[in-house]
Amino acid sequence: MATTDNKTAQWNAAEVKEEILKKYPPKVARKRAQQILINEALQNGTPEIQANVRTIPGIITMRGCTYAGCKGVIMGPTRDIVNLVHGPIGCSFYAWLTRRNQTDAGEDGENYMPYAFSTDMQDQDIIFGGEKKLKAAIQEAYDLFHPKGIAVFATCPVGLIGDDIHAVAREMKEKFGDCNVFAFSCEGYKGVSQSAGHHIANNQVFRHLVGLNDEKKPGEYKINLLGEYNIGGDGFEIDRVLKKCGITNIATFSGNSSYDQFASAHTADLSCVMCHRSINYVADMLEIKYGIPWIKVNFIGAEATAKSLRKIGQYFGDKVLMDRIEEVIAEEMPAVQEAIADVRPRTEGKTAMLFVGGSRAHHYQELFSEMGMKTVAAGYEFAHRDDYEGRHVIPSLKVDADSRNIEEIEVEADPARFAPRKSEEELKALKDSGYAFKDYAGMIPDMDKGSLVIDDLNQFEAEKLVEIIKPDIFCAGIKEKYSIQKLGIPMKQLHSYDYGGPYAGFKGAVNFYREIDRLVNSKVWGYMKAPWQENPELSATYVWE
Amino acid sequence: MLLRHTPKEIGERKALMINPAKTCQPIGAMYAALGIHGCLPHSHGSQGCCAYHRSTLTRHYKEPISAATSSFTEGASVFGGQANLLQAIENIFTVYEPDVIAVHTTCLSETIGDDIKQIRDKAEKQNLVPPGKHVIYCNTPSYVGSHVTGFSNMVKGMTELAESTGKKSGKVNVIPGWVEPADMEEIKRLSALVGVDITLFPDTSGVLNGPMSGEFKMFPEGGVTIKELKAAGDAVGTLALGEWCSADAARNLDTKCKVPCKVLDMPFGLAATDRFVDALRTIAGVSVPEEVTRERGQLVDLISDMHQYLYHKKVALYGDPDQLIAMTEFLVSLDMLPVHIITGTPGGKFERIIKKITAGLPCEVNVKASSDMFLLHQWIKNEPVDLIMGNTYGKYIARDEDIPFVRWGFPILDRVGHQYFPTVAYKGGLRLLEKILNALLDRKDRDDSEQRFELVL
Repeated sequence: MATTDNKTAQWNAAEVKEEILKKYPPKVARKRAQQILINEALQNGTPEIQANVRTIPGIITMRGCTYAGCKGVIMGPTRDIVNLVHGPIGCSFYAWLTRRNQTDAGEDGENYMPYAFSTDMQDQDIIFGGEKKLKAAIQEAYDLFHPKGIAVFATCPVGLIGDDIHAVAREMKEKFGDCNVFAFSCEGYKGVSQSAGHHIANNQVFRHLVGLNDEKKPGEYKINLLGEYNIGGDGFEIDRVLKKCGITNIATFSGNSSYDQFASAHTADLSCVMCHRSINYVADMLEIKYGIPWIKVNFIGAEATAKSLRKIGQYFGDKVLMDRIEEVIAEEMPAVQEAIADVRPRTEGKTAMLFVGGSRAHHYQELFSEMGMKTVAAGYEFAHRDDYEGRHVIPSLKVDADSRNIEEIEVEADPARFAPRKSEEELKALKDSGYAFKDYAGMIPDMDKGSLVIDDLNQFEAEKLVEIIKPDIFCAGIKEKYSIQKLGIPMKQLHSYDYGGPYAGFKGAVNFYREIDRLVNSKVWGYMKAPWQENPELSATYVWE
Repeated sequence: MLLRHTPKEIGERKALMINPAKTCQPIGAMYAALGIHGCLPHSHGSQGCCAYHRSTLTRHYKEPISAATSSFTEGASVFGGQANLLQAIENIFTVYEPDVIAVHTTCLSETIGDDIKQIRDKAEKQNLVPPGKHVIYCNTPSYVGSHVTGFSNMVKGMTELAESTGKKSGKVNVIPGWVEPADMEEIKRLSALVGVDITLFPDTSGVLNGPMSGEFKMFPEGGVTIKELKAAGDAVGTLALGEWCSADAARNLDTKCKVPCKVLDMPFGLAATDRFVDALRTIAGVSVPEEVTRERGQLVDLISDMHQYLYHKKVALYGDPDQLIAMTEFLVSLDMLPVHIITGTPGGKFERIIKKITAGLPCEVNVKASSDMFLLHQWIKNEPVDLIMGNTYGKYIARDEDIPFVRWGFPILDRVGHQYFPTVAYKGGLRLLEKILNALLDRKDRDDSEQRFELVL
């Protein structure tokens, strides 16, 4: 596309990188140089980027903490578990309804999503220990609500003062008998980003919830949807499409989820991983313990959705299902194509930057490309090298001091319940036909040569990128939104979707095309200068009527 | 129902807080620090704290909120955060070039006992603080007080910069407390109108209600300058608006620089604004100009015009002590009935003041400090109200109970206006009345039968 080439020609990735690095003290520049990559097509493999390393103190990062990853992201969306935050009030307050996990309260009507629960630790709890207060708070929550489960989350001071939240949880669970109480050591200082919190959450969900309900669920073609958080109703749209195809979603981890979904996840026959970063641990554990294979899917983008559905169909290998999937795709696509045809004349050739999450900066490139837009720079907030370069790098990843502190749990095949879902021959036949299990090639291979890939982008770098490259749209989170827009560049939040959505599936794709069309073509970006700023010289006297 | 699990029966809770009416100290310190010109707030703790505070303030103002963090790891939590803070100070002055860094602590750095003064002094010794630049700090343990306490502590931290030359400048310090940028602008306008030369700190006007011009300024035009903060020590006096938000700083100036102070209520509503204006003219020895009296008269006029719709309407309020005290007094002065009042911030004194203000009301008044919105909701279920006033979180109660709702306080995450239109002083009183009346009258128009539906109200 001519316009795109013209755009790219105006800047040079190496010069942009140099321009950024020259502002930093030498030590910072050395570190950042390894996290800023100019993409190139290598003969063998993918260029290497440094990721999942410490944030530099004083550099205004986009990242959050381990508590945010554990409580906010993974456990937050489960409606019928009382999420009790053990700590001073702030951590519970900030995670209260701010992540837009849409929820259907279900037939049982149990829904604690609009509530924030906290032990509101005071100085005497810090000095004398908070276990007593935690115990009392768990008791009060039980007496008030009688929930199926109470989850306890540790905030920074809890680990420091040595409260044994796991012992308290065990004691209370035994005492109640009909309420599962479990705890997460997700103190904010652990790890280097939210990512450590995902891992901690995954471990405990697997340890305390998965496998508790062996009851056979009705339905055919049973899958788990892992790493889908139902922001803006994404999960609802995916569920709509799955249902239409006749696919049964046993458990979503964890958008619009319930206690029982986690408890039943081991009864599914395939795990489909959306956000590789946040949940691949659970996918692996489900496979090792119960024999459920996993595949990477992506429901962001209409084509990607169709591809993912076909991939699920191919796994089950049932013609009825595969035919139904084709019918659904054929039914859904006309509306998608109509929307593309409408917006594309206005979006074609425009450029985007995406700096968000651990998968979205990759997934959303699909949607932009469907609109004829090109991603010129992208990166993750909290991903690891495998999310950039592909899972083949996992064996070579160095385990540093920060990662070593995050528990790895050893999982073994369940003696009674491990059941391979496919025979060796079936698996081999699938693999021979090019079917990829446990595979994620990462973001970098999908990006153009000469584009920029930047890990843990910070405020200064974002501003520089926008100033030099002048993209037509920039995507990140709420903290970045208005500094970018002050520069006159539209900014789309890809954590909260700016309170819109859904953007997943077919209907979501249409929503996204329209939203981006609205943003990049809004009249407001033309109002920046007043008439007297455009023409400051007084050239003539005023002409009265 | 959104809050479907909230029972009407009120049981005793000693350990479990549900739906808080407060948050933690550091965010208050961050907001206050943004009211210094050229200042980058810095959170000494895990990076999540800073991310949460920036996100909340951004959602409230729809403006960029720049702040840095020491990004503690497990190692820093064990060995102390000195290395992180020193590195942060160097990086911040190199990359962002602020005039001042305002460090606040977190529950993490407080629990391990980092000594910020010692680290700051060390940074200065190591020449990490460029000449003419400053690092100020305050301690904000999240497990003491609330966001209000953090605000107060950072404002007190600012007064550490004040110097006394021995020669009075003739200016008056005004500490506005945790009010909106538009409110700070209004306090400056009103003071100028009365004819008093004030130094307002903190001052977030021009910082958190900035224009869009195609340019991003990390440090916008607004904010009190370091020079002004230094000169605060030579003022003739300090007016501290709000006991919880502003009194500590004012008293510190008195101790440090012998600047006498007076603690007033925040100027919300008629009577509190009257006292503020009266204090201003007395200190400066000027007579109040006709223009101010006219603005006051407009507020009285509107109260009398619409009194029938306000009379004996029951109101539930939640928020922060200083704001609630002034608002309760205003509502009582309108002949409204504030019947349920909650703050998450501790303070037995708060309960006593509210009881005193509402003593003459023909109804029971529930008031509680260190409490939460779960209890407020239960009170409302037991004694319904005509209006709820507070931050955005109240919309869940308002929808479930089908009660008119006015957003006022922090944070407001779903509406705009607080950045631009004040609710302090007489002008702000007009806006408050407009908001209250709109909520009540929209409800009346919705609920009146066809026969009783009125064109003129």
